[in-house]
Amino acid sequence: MRLELIPRSDVSSLQRTLAPLWAILIALLMGGLIVAFLGRSPLAAFKVYFLEPLTDPWALQELAVKATPLIIIATGLVYCFRANLWNIGAEGQLIVGAIFGSIVPLATVGMESTPWVLPVALLLGALGGALYGSIPAFLRVRFGVSEILVSLMLVYVAELTLDYLVRGPWRDPKGFNFPTTPNFESFALLPNLASEGRLHAGIIIALLCAAVTWFVLNRTLFGFGIRVAGEAPRAARFSGFNANRMTIAAFMISGGLAGLAGIVEVTGQIGQLKPAISGGLGFTAIIVAYLGRLHPVGIVFGAFVIALTVYGGEAAQITLKLPLDLTRTFQGILLFCVLAADALTTYKLRIVRGLHA
Amino acid sequence: MAEVEGANAPLCVLDGIVKRFGDLTANDHISLSLRAGEIHALLGENGAGKSTLVKILDGLLAPDEGRILWQGRPITLASPEDAATLGIGMVFQHFSLFDNLTVAENIAVAMPAGVGLRVLNKRIMELGERYGLALDPKREVWTLSAGERQRIEIVRALLREPKLLILDEPTSVLTPQEADTLFATLEELARQGCALLYISHKLEEVTRLCDRATILRGGRVVAMCNPREETPQKIASLMVGTAIPPLHDRDNRPADVRLSLRRLNAAPADLHGIALKDVSLDVRGGEILGLAGVAGNGQSELFEILSGERAAPQRGMVLIDGEECGLDGIDTRRRKGAAFLPEERNGHAAVGALSLPNNVVLSRHATSDIAPRNVIAFDRARALSDAIIAKFDVRTPSPLAEAGKLSGGNLQKFVVGREIIGNPRVLVIDNPTWGVDAGAAVLIRQALIDLAAAGTAVLMISQDLDEIFAIADRIAVIHHGAVTAPRNVRTVAREEIGLMMTGGQGASHAA
Repeated sequence: MRLELIPRSDVSSLQRTLAPLWAILIALLMGGLIVAFLGRSPLAAFKVYFLEPLTDPWALQELAVKATPLIIIATGLVYCFRANLWNIGAEGQLIVGAIFGSIVPLATVGMESTPWVLPVALLLGALGGALYGSIPAFLRVRFGVSEILVSLMLVYVAELTLDYLVRGPWRDPKGFNFPTTPNFESFALLPNLASEGRLHAGIIIALLCAAVTWFVLNRTLFGFGIRVAGEAPRAARFSGFNANRMTIAAFMISGGLAGLAGIVEVTGQIGQLKPAISGGLGFTAIIVAYLGRLHPVGIVFGAFVIALTVYGGEAAQITLKLPLDLTRTFQGILLFCVLAADALTTYKLRIVRGLHA
Repeated sequence: MAEVEGANAPLCVLDGIVKRFGDLTANDHISLSLRAGEIHALLGENGAGKSTLVKILDGLLAPDEGRILWQGRPITLASPEDAATLGIGMVFQHFSLFDNLTVAENIAVAMPAGVGLRVLNKRIMELGERYGLALDPKREVWTLSAGERQRIEIVRALLREPKLLILDEPTSVLTPQEADTLFATLEELARQGCALLYISHKLEEVTRLCDRATILRGGRVVAMCNPREETPQKIASLMVGTAIPPLHDRDNRPADVRLSLRRLNAAPADLHGIALKDVSLDVRGGEILGLAGVAGNGQSELFEILSGERAAPQRGMVLIDGEECGLDGIDTRRRKGAAFLPEERNGHAAVGALSLPNNVVLSRHATSDIAPRNVIAFDRARALSDAIIAKFDVRTPSPLAEAGKLSGGNLQKFVVGREIIGNPRVLVIDNPTWGVDAGAAVLIRQALIDLAAAGTAVLMISQDLDEIFAIADRIAVIHHGAVTAPRNVRTVAREEIGLMMTGGQGASHAA
């Protein structure tokens, strides 16, 4: 027996739009089943995970804070994924962006208010991520090295570099030997948007990134080239796009946005560098990118869905004593459901007996 | 034909075969009988249902209705292995060979386990002698010509001792001489009692070779005939369903040289690519220069360098309107007034997942007003796309349909129209009517004739000699990366061209 995928002749755009919602519903049911196996009430879990965060204004702000870096990184990943390039190293680009972006804020600790520090920090963050992202692209173009392996392994290099910096040269001398840098001055931090809560201006940057990405992909020749390069590399060449240049550009934009997300995290909510600043945002963003179907608007929604699972997971750990790993499990289930829903919208499944049709 | 024993009882009967794919009925109650010792032609345009029927006979597809009788008994074919065990052999149009393995190794992988290479070598030589299929079992496949590669496929099928051999467009990659050798082999096979199902759209060879013909159109059998008693024109009109309009010729007034190659030498881009050797060529405004040659002799390498998809080694090796542009990219060359159309529609000349207007953007963003300042103006792309659809009679489900939803012929009309509607001064086009229906082919060829009449220099790379002789003014031949001096098509003999395609005497022990 084997399974066969047969293309469906007519798929309406409504069906395509509804597919992720079905996926979320099925993922919820499967998640509920797991909670039940753990001996807790799925309804109580559902309430803690999803209802409370969505009805509490403070929690809503928290969701936006968590969604902010995911939106920025995932919109960046779209440039690579649409071009069939596999940037798995956004986590590393994020960290390098945070390091680059912290140079000026750290150099201005203890100084008078200087308005240009924050914009320069953000730009340097993006630049750092872009340079770091260009490494796998360059190696791929020049030597044919797999960008998947290089970008992934560079994550560890970035993590250990940050670790070295905060324990060594950049450690706060007045920090009781804790591995952290000094706190940034307030002029080097992103302003808060609400008087109460933690919502900061990063969400505006994130939504701006999504809007610009939508325009670039759908209206500009460059975005057209990215799409064509992903669909048919020979057609991209025929169209006049240089594959090598496209590869490097896509990786630099992707890395640049990951780096921007890194410095937004640091200047938006952490306020200093420490050994762990991300906790896997760069990897989670891959789920967000696919949850949003590599579409900027979808990504904004996808980022909020993932932020909800993270926030709800923390709440469930506290009130229901459910393990935090459950959140990761649920994110995995969600990704599988979304991919399956997309596949089943495009194809129908047929079970065939015997080895051949 | 009648002298074969049991010729009256058919070997294989297809009875009311129906195969549907969604809404499409690819085979609609097809009935057909095959007798031992006959060469039976299966004719039809692309999409007529030939491939589907053949896949059913090879056990790759199961029919939705109808039955297959083998020597009078109903059978089901669950896999190609079933079909082979029964005695049905298949020679596909596209070779499935490992380039880096030897002839014998390629054959061994398709044989049941336990047949040693030494035994196999002997049997390959025996078969070669018996049927005129000369092959050296120890040669690596990548060193062989297309004709020799095809012989591997045939030998591979013959080693299973088939009673029915199916050949899908076997001459599409062969020179005229190689085709003649193949026909002799097939006639010998038929004489020894094998039934042959011969699929082709080259009607001249069908009228020469085949005893009976079944003609499909739109998934149905529309006629059965004895091809030896019909003219190719009559069979063609049966295939298409309507009479095919003749081409209108033109006054030929060649003007200045518009496209030149000057001593172009280029190393191959990859391991099995072809090096271009000292290619010099002039194409004048107002003429169509046909470049003949067996596939894989450097045509795609030449196209890449002409179009600028790959840069030439030196600036002066390619000239458009007298300007050196060997190092320019494809868009720069387009702005100089050149247009290009590669052979492969899907994934090269067009992107199946993109809409038709987006496919206009693909090759015209540099030479039209659809992408001012690198921002795409979709209304303009749409307007240009609609103009192409109207002018070149493109049948599409909708003006915004994805290119992949169009039939091969209609997509080809669209991409040809896309290049021609910009009135290029130079057009380089690779196999303009490859795999399109006869109606579309006539429209495309007429469009090329009209374009040349308006003063454009057209370089047409084609593997179809009939096409070159029908519309070109001069013909050159590419072989192993070298191009011969062009000849006038009205004075050159076909046999001479055929000989050049194999590199003259001695270049191949095939001819």
